[in-house]
Amino acid sequence: MEQMVTIFLFGKKHEVPESLTIMEAMEYSGYKLVRGCGCRNGFCGACATIYRIAGDRELKAGLACSTKVENNMYIATLPFFPLIKEGYNIEEVKPTERIMMELYPEIYACVGCNACTKTCPQSLNVMQYIAYAQRGEYEKCAEESFDCVMCGICSSRCPAGISHPQVAMLARRLNGKYLAPHCDHLDERVEEIRRGDLEELIQSIMNKPLEEIKELYNHRDIEK
Amino acid sequence: MYQDQHILDSMRLVEAARAENVKLNPRRMTAEEKEQLLAAFHPDFRQDQFSKLEIGPNAGEKVPHELAALLQGKSRLAGKNVDLSNPDYDVDVLVIGGGGAGASAAVEADEAGAKIMVVTKLRMGDANTMMAEGGIQAADKPNDSPAQHFLDAYGGGHFAAQKDLLYKLVTEAPEAIQWLSNLGVEFDKMPDGTMVTTHGGGTSRKRMHAAKDYSGAEIMRTLRDEVLNRNIPVLDYTAAIELIKDDQGHCAGAVLMNMENGELYVAKAKTVILATGGAGRLHYQGFPTSNHYGATADGLVLAYRAGARLLYPDTLQYHPTGAAFPAQIFGALVTEKVRSLGAMLINAKGEAFMNPLETRDVSAASIIRECSQRGNGVKTPAGEAVWLDTPMIEIKGGEGTIEKRIPAMMRMFGKYGIDIRKEPILIYPTLHYQNGGIKISDDGQSDIENLFVAGEAVGGIHGRNRLMGNSLLDIIVFGRNAGRNAAAKAKSVTVGALNIDHVAEFEAIRQGAKLEDDTVSPKLLPNYTRIKE
Repeated sequence: MEQMVTIFLFGKKHEVPESLTIMEAMEYSGYKLVRGCGCRNGFCGACATIYRIAGDRELKAGLACSTKVENNMYIATLPFFPLIKEGYNIEEVKPTERIMMELYPEIYACVGCNACTKTCPQSLNVMQYIAYAQRGEYEKCAEESFDCVMCGICSSRCPAGISHPQVAMLARRLNGKYLAPHCDHLDERVEEIRRGDLEELIQSIMNKPLEEIKELYNHRDIEK
Repeated sequence: MYQDQHILDSMRLVEAARAENVKLNPRRMTAEEKEQLLAAFHPDFRQDQFSKLEIGPNAGEKVPHELAALLQGKSRLAGKNVDLSNPDYDVDVLVIGGGGAGASAAVEADEAGAKIMVVTKLRMGDANTMMAEGGIQAADKPNDSPAQHFLDAYGGGHFAAQKDLLYKLVTEAPEAIQWLSNLGVEFDKMPDGTMVTTHGGGTSRKRMHAAKDYSGAEIMRTLRDEVLNRNIPVLDYTAAIELIKDDQGHCAGAVLMNMENGELYVAKAKTVILATGGAGRLHYQGFPTSNHYGATADGLVLAYRAGARLLYPDTLQYHPTGAAFPAQIFGALVTEKVRSLGAMLINAKGEAFMNPLETRDVSAASIIRECSQRGNGVKTPAGEAVWLDTPMIEIKGGEGTIEKRIPAMMRMFGKYGIDIRKEPILIYPTLHYQNGGIKISDDGQSDIENLFVAGEAVGGIHGRNRLMGNSLLDIIVFGRNAGRNAAAKAKSVTVGALNIDHVAEFEAIRQGAKLEDDTVSPKLLPNYTRIKE
């Protein structure tokens, strides 16, 4: 018989097997999920969840899909959080400090409480990447925030009302488009294809009889 | 954390053999060996797991039982009256699905000036794209060419791909990478801008581009951001439950359903793009899946009922390396990039039993053989498994390689006390991808005029097996293609009177065929709610 634990979903008591994730525990308890369930494996940020273990002063957070239940866990899901997402034209913005000041000025109101970092289910140094964004250091902000799943838990805990995931999203796009080293071989290949330089080769392979294509495939050399 | 004694014992054997195993490069199987292996061990060849379709455009062909029930299922609108005379929405292009293909299509259709709307049954970006880890292929290096890419994919797909679609995929691949890069997607690069590329199973050149092991997530969140920047209307938590036609029989919209309160809406459109994704959540043959919560083949059901032909709906991809332990991540994807970076497949005795970079179907079948006929599997609480020897990556690539290149994998196992830099992981095939789908021509259009399809819902691009990195590629290439063509086509379309007569006609055929199954479809979401006695 599997070991059971007691959990409280939105305050209501349930007994569930201890091996389950919070998400599975909800389904075990009779919930049919529509909101608050996405990839079920820690990539999409749909299942932000706040919880507290009875008797513990600390408020914890995690993704319901990848956090195991514990005994006496009080659980509230946060399937949506009103983040601020500002629109911009990626072709027109420039990767300077000014753009953050214009779109997300609240980042300069950061009080340094570090609640965002403490609560991040991906263990990111959220306050640090906001600091990079404040200084217009988008390459560092992009790297530090790269594993963000945009669940919004950080923002839910922020006294300054910062929408950290959206700040990081902007920084990553600025970095990817304007700051990262340019790839020349990609441009050259696109141009070669456009000119038709590689057309004859692919046509000659596609149009061979099946048996000849099979021969080519079965004996092609494989790069070491 | 591994606690079972026999798992720990087997892990010791893997550790003891590691220094020798890491030097090996097991030979690739011959074409004949592969054929025999697949026939004997690949799930696609288990005849008792398939049913013959009795009605619809593919009548007479076999598909998995679960899919047959849905394709031949009863409409959610059966017996209901839907007033089509006052559409709630009227657009040029209706995009159904908020994943990578739908988002790419939306951006291109918007770029072309069309009035569009995206509907998605969950949130924008809740899709398999978000979960793609390993990378995206494109032949953009000097030693590579679209021709070489074509050969790898055509052979890997058992020479069954539609050549014109595959041609499009490989020749437009570099431009797809360039487009994403210009949108701000952060591909892994060398300091001089050269793309960091690796092998995938079945590739003959290193052409796998990646963004660490968050490749799909990085692409998806960027595309989503772009959709939002363009103020494209997105109707979330709204599923399409039937297509609408006009009096010429052309596709002209969809009946939508609010996922939270069941309310129905009518969306009229000059052209429709189905980008509804795959079917992992149907759990064919009882397999776990690496797929998103919403992967229930809805698009196939809608299109089939409206008269569109499917291609290769009997071929599924079982990703060789699904997590087999611990239970909390059972079936979750362990990216192929783990093998690209040098981890080998090792059996319970510590033997490297195959080349780790065979194509996915061959690798999956080989693992199943190891765990069944050969009896070399490791017993886990959920079944059998083999080892994927991740510490080899640090030996081959240097300390720190795992943290830098596959941080998501390190995190996923780390949450359960397994440090993949020091300990190997247990894996078994997991249901991953729908190779087949709706048949299209190279403009993206299905058999039904004005119904375009993109992404995993399409069949024929990859033949009967898909290579790693060609799916992220196909959602971009064919998503953009559908978006552009649907927007262009919309300019010349005049929609006639709307009807859903095909729904009643299909129901009449169902009745006539005396099908015993009364499954209602599309399924929309899997049912994981425990039923209490």
